[in-house]
Amino acid sequence: MAIKKLLIANRGEIAVRIIRAARELGIATVQVHSKADKDSLAVRLADEAVDIGPPQASKSYLNQAAILAAAQSSGADAIHPGYGFLAENAEFAAATEAAGLIFVGPTAHSIRLMGDKVAAREAAASAGVPTVPGSQGRLESADAAFALVERTGFPVMIKAAAGGGGRGIRIARSAEEFHHLMPQAQAEALAAFGDGGLYVEKLVEGARHIEVQVLGDGHNVIHCFERECSLQRRRQKVWEEAPSPSLTQAVREKLCTSAVALARAVNYRGAGTLEYLYDDTTGAFYFLEMNTRIQVEHPVTEMVTGIDLVREMIRIAGGEPLRFRQDEVRVTGHAIEVRINAEDPARNFLPNPGTVSALGVPGGDGVRFDSMLYQGYTVPPFYDSLLGKLIVHDRDRPGAIRKLERALAELHVEGIFTTKPLHQALTRDADVKAGRFHTAWLEPWLESHAAALATDEPPLAAKVAP
Amino acid sequence: MATQQIFSPLPGIFYRKPAPDKPVYKNDGDVVADNDTIGLIEVMKSFNEVKAGIAGKIIRFLAENEDAVMAGQPIAEIDV
Repeated sequence: MAIKKLLIANRGEIAVRIIRAARELGIATVQVHSKADKDSLAVRLADEAVDIGPPQASKSYLNQAAILAAAQSSGADAIHPGYGFLAENAEFAAATEAAGLIFVGPTAHSIRLMGDKVAAREAAASAGVPTVPGSQGRLESADAAFALVERTGFPVMIKAAAGGGGRGIRIARSAEEFHHLMPQAQAEALAAFGDGGLYVEKLVEGARHIEVQVLGDGHNVIHCFERECSLQRRRQKVWEEAPSPSLTQAVREKLCTSAVALARAVNYRGAGTLEYLYDDTTGAFYFLEMNTRIQVEHPVTEMVTGIDLVREMIRIAGGEPLRFRQDEVRVTGHAIEVRINAEDPARNFLPNPGTVSALGVPGGDGVRFDSMLYQGYTVPPFYDSLLGKLIVHDRDRPGAIRKLERALAELHVEGIFTTKPLHQALTRDADVKAGRFHTAWLEPWLESHAAALATDEPPLAAKVAP
Repeated sequence: MATQQIFSPLPGIFYRKPAPDKPVYKNDGDVVADNDTIGLIEVMKSFNEVKAGIAGKIIRFLAENEDAVMAGQPIAEIDV
């Protein structure tokens, strides 16, 4: 059943992105919004808008009943969840289908399976996809743990089974350290969480974050190659690119093939991403998790493959089969995306919502700016700080970095501080230019380059004044 | 005795507790010191403590838990 009217259950730049894809397919759009988003670009662009509640996400964008009611009252026949909010909520996917509507994404079953860490790890193992070596479940004794680490080798991470957010993690680099730290970790886990259960996992140091984009129609699955997203701050990606500068062709093929095997094993439908850790010193890769939705950084894949991923996921949701064979998916050139956030890199990335008093958007061949901004727009404080993404595409990686530097110089967001100075400093960095980085590279770099991150550019008006 | 207001330093969501399952920082009628935390403001998913900024006794909170607040909006009244 082809979709005629699509409700967008999201906000910000991804809502704008989905409206554009729908419009190109001749599909009408309904934008739901909180009271704080009534002046958003997505509301302005959509054919219809429905108020679903107060500013707090818990009372609006996470309010399943309000969203389903908006779909019924507007006559929408499908819901696109974007990313975040309800995008990976199996219950919402099931409720959408139970209401007789199409959920633009995988089945509730796929979401549930991949959302469960242990089940996803098991699915990966049975599809022959390597996972980080470690205990399959909790370890009750120090002896059982030591027997395991003798197989995985050092260094290892000792994690509290009941912990989370990095709490209770210890790193052992030798058997001696392990015997010293294990009882400590057990005692601490018991004191902090009332549960002394531990996990042990091999620590892959200096690992890169590489992920594979897949598209499936519930029967067939293809991959659209990989993205590298190793430049991260507090586990948030800040710069993403395709192809990865660190993969050999042989590893790329193995990695992408493994992603297709796993997605096919679960009869995946829609756009999905399999995240891996990659150790470029050994060529080993380990499956981490699968994200069962469109990702923020999807445009770099679109730029190098020419495949509009949002368009394809809407078509698939409408019942069409995949339109591409694997051998028709090719990578041309190199693409980089940087996230423009309402954060001041000179003040420890302090978030700063506010009004955009003037806006200058970069242009030219191979430059794309996916954003929620317009001049005079007031960025609300209630949601994440992503304002938009600047994406560039060129023949090769050095060309893409030069184009990014040029495009950043043309980007002017006045009235609020943004992460633009961070990206300008990164484009000039020798290690970034050489592709020498890993997931723990950026944070120490930020400390040693604090001075380069201050915003000192004159306002746009000052330069055009006579 | 004079009455003073405590203003939200930032726009965002105001919380009276450090976590959903924890008790409130302060109740109406509590005595506060200058450096006491009276709530949190969530701005773009980052949490910032609001200090009393002055010693005295809280008469009442003007903002409820999870209210959306503007920068400069009064969130409590205090007897100093």
